[in-house]
Parts: sequence; C-alpha cells; structure tokens
Amino acid sequence: MVISHALASGMGGVRTTGDLVARLQMSEGMRIEEAKEYVADKLDVDIADMSDPVIMDEVRKEYGIGRVQPAAGEPKGMEAKMNIAELLDIKINSVENFKDKTS
Amino acid sequence: MVQTRMGDGMKIEMSEDEIREDIVRGVEDAVDRAKIDTLPQEEIDYLTDLYTRPSKFVSVEPGNEVVLTFDEGSVKLKRLVISIGRIPDLQIYERVFCSDTAELAHVDYSFKPVKPIIAEEQIEMEQALLSTILPLYYGAMPNLSLYSQPDGEFPNPAELLPKGKIDEAQKAYEGMIEHGIKDMVFVSSKMYEAGADGINFDTTGSAGEPDFLAALRATEKLKEKYPDISIEMGMSNEFVLGMHGDLEYEGTNLAGLYPHEQVKMAEKAGVDVFGPVVNINSSESIPWNIGRTVAMMKACAEEADIPVHANVGMGVGGVPIVETPPADSLCRASVALAEIGKQDGL
Repeated sequence: MVISHALASGMGGVRTTGDLVARLQMSEGMRIEEAKEYVADKLDVDIADMSDPVIMDEVRKEYGIGRVQPAAGEPKGMEAKMNIAELLDIKINSVENFKDKTS
Repeated sequence: MVQTRMGDGMKIEMSEDEIREDIVRGVEDAVDRAKIDTLPQEEIDYLTDLYTRPSKFVSVEPGNEVVLTFDEGSVKLKRLVISIGRIPDLQIYERVFCSDTAELAHVDYSFKPVKPIIAEEQIEMEQALLSTILPLYYGAMPNLSLYSQPDGEFPNPAELLPKGKIDEAQKAYEGMIEHGIKDMVFVSSKMYEAGADGINFDTTGSAGEPDFLAALRATEKLKEKYPDISIEMGMSNEFVLGMHGDLEYEGTNLAGLYPHEQVKMAEKAGVDVFGPVVNINSSESIPWNIGRTVAMMKACAEEADIPVHANVGMGVGGVPIVETPPADSLCRASVALAEIGKQDGL
C-alpha cells in the first residue's frame, strides 16, 4: 500500500523533497502549494523539479541535507537534520535537543 | 466493459455509463448526508476517465504530488511477520519506501498502555531521531473505550445505554474523557520532550464524540504547554457518533459532524494537520465510493485553513475494505484525492 501511494501521488521523501515540504506543513501549517514554494525558494529549484530524483539527489548532496544513498563522510541522520533546520530556517525539535545536550 | 471492484474488493465489470452513473450516485449521497456542494461536471468527467482507463496503474501529473504521512509505520512490517525492530522499520520507511514522514508507535497503539512504559518509548524515539532524516511523529489512539469496565474504572456505557441509564452513561463518559486527556497529555509531553517532530492522535472519535472531545481538549493543553508542538489529528470515521449526545466544543455539538465540520473544531483546538475519513460501503462499487469520498474530502479541504491529509487505506478513502488493497483501486483513489479532492497530503 505504501509503495502504491508513493508511486501514484507521493513527493518521494528523502529521494526528492517530500520530507522538507512535510516539515513546513507540520511546523508552519502551510498548505501544499505554499510549502512547495517555500522549499523551492530556499533550495533555489523550480517547483517542477522538486519531485525529480535525479535533480534533487544532486541538490541534496550539495546542501548536505541527506540523500537516499549517501556516500561515506556525507551528512546523515542528525547531521543532515541540522543542515535542514538552517537551510529552511525552521526549528526542528530533535535538533534543538541535540544542541542543548552537546553545547 | 471495464474491470473495477466492489467496496469489498471483488472484481466486477461495468460499462462506462454504469461507472459514470455510480460516481454521480456516490456524489449525490455525500451531498445529501453531509450537506455539501456537488462536484462540477468536469470533475465527474475526470473521475469517469480515471476509473475507465484499462491500465493497471495510474499516477498524478508531474508537479501535482502531495505529502504522504503514514500512521503506525513502525509496527506495520512486524505485522507482516518480518522479524524487525522499530528503528530499522522506520529507516525502511525513509530510505526504501521514501515516505515523507514516519511514525514511531507501540504495538498496542493506544495512549493508556504506553503510560507505564513511557521511558522505553522515549529512548526509542531519541535513538530513532539520531539515525533518521524525515519528520518523525509519535502516534497512538485516544481509544476512550479502554477507560470503561472491564479495562478501566468507569461503568461501561455500552452496558448502561441499553438499560436506559442515560445519565449514568453520560457521567461515565465524562469521567473517561478526563482520564483520557490526562494520558494523552502525559504521553505526548514525554515524547515531545524526547524530540518527536509531532504527535498523531490517530483514529480519533472511535468511541464517539467523547473520544473526539478528549482529543480536542488534549490538543489545547499541549499547545498551551508547548507552543511549537505539531499535532496531527486523524479521524476514525466520516461521521462523529453521538454516544453521549450532549457534548459541545466551542458552542458546537460534536455529534453528527462530517469532515468539513470536524476540521473547524480541530483548527480551534490548535491541530496542525487534519486527517479526515470517508468510510467504504462494501455493498456499493468502488466508482460509487470514490464519488462519495472525493465530494466529502474536497469539501473538507476547501473549508480548512490547515493542511488536510485524507486517510486512504483499507476500508477508507475509496480503497476496498480488504487487508491486501489492490493497486488498481488504491492508485486511482490516491490520484483522485490529490487531483480533485484538493488534499495537501494523504
């Protein structure tokens, strides 16, 4: 069921920009078009390219925000989320906790 | 003739005219029950085209994709008898299924049983957050029925109501509401403090409007305590059952509300993402069910000021009520709700 939805109408998660758009919906209450526009602006990409895994894999690598098949040394997990918070200019709860515990 | 299905999943064949007629009948049923606008002719035409295409699989047009949230993800692979822990499960959702969000959940999936094991749940959440990138919810059901006998301390309204003990049943529900709110606020607070990106009150309203009211009040309290907390409220069915019969929220009687009215209550409480449900009628065709579903979901999305993510799974949202949803029906429901239902996510 998950796979059918992902292929039929999904944004693609960390393969593209779905996780980023979801964050804007969750934390800022943005509707889908507004959230896409916000993320596209921050990433400096066209909205039409936001669900393209070829283009977005390169963009995600460039910004260090995690990608589906990362190479050794690239940001993963919490490291990628810290870069996402800064790039999108949003607070991520777990990133804030991580900073509180480590600084 | 075109192959389609009944609401119970059985394959049937219908002509294009029969499919169109069923879609129109489904829309009319939604309009009559929920008192909403009908769909314009071009949207009926779109749905008819979608459900008469011979292809096994369909998708939205590029650029029209929506966000996908998945409830209870961390225990779903275990249900498939795969020997897997919850964190690898979440990583599979992120890196294999490419979900846009995921959800850590306990197998019992209700707030009450999580309370005694909250420390273990917090540690699992902390560990999951270190190794995942996507937004991570903690989810559970309000499940108010757990607070009545024999599971809880209050007399069981389901036993009192048939005996005509209305006052006693109402008092029992009122006690259950207070206990449910305490548990939802306690567990959600701990999981938010552990770093969760959001809390999902899933299957809200399963015990009728007392269940819905408890989730709304818990949302209010959590928003007051943690202004930045993100709360998703997923419903259990299309129509809020009036089990108490006299419960109001902000001056509105909760019994009998449909999705486009439920979302306004959720907004008032501070909910960030709303998940409406439209149930499947297994005795009608899938085209009938999708007409009805899209009409109600579209009305909900148009009325909403917050993102709306329709529930689209087994037995809801235009998907047959079977444990192995056929891809032909599921992808068409997914497309119909993204393209015509004006959903922000599914």
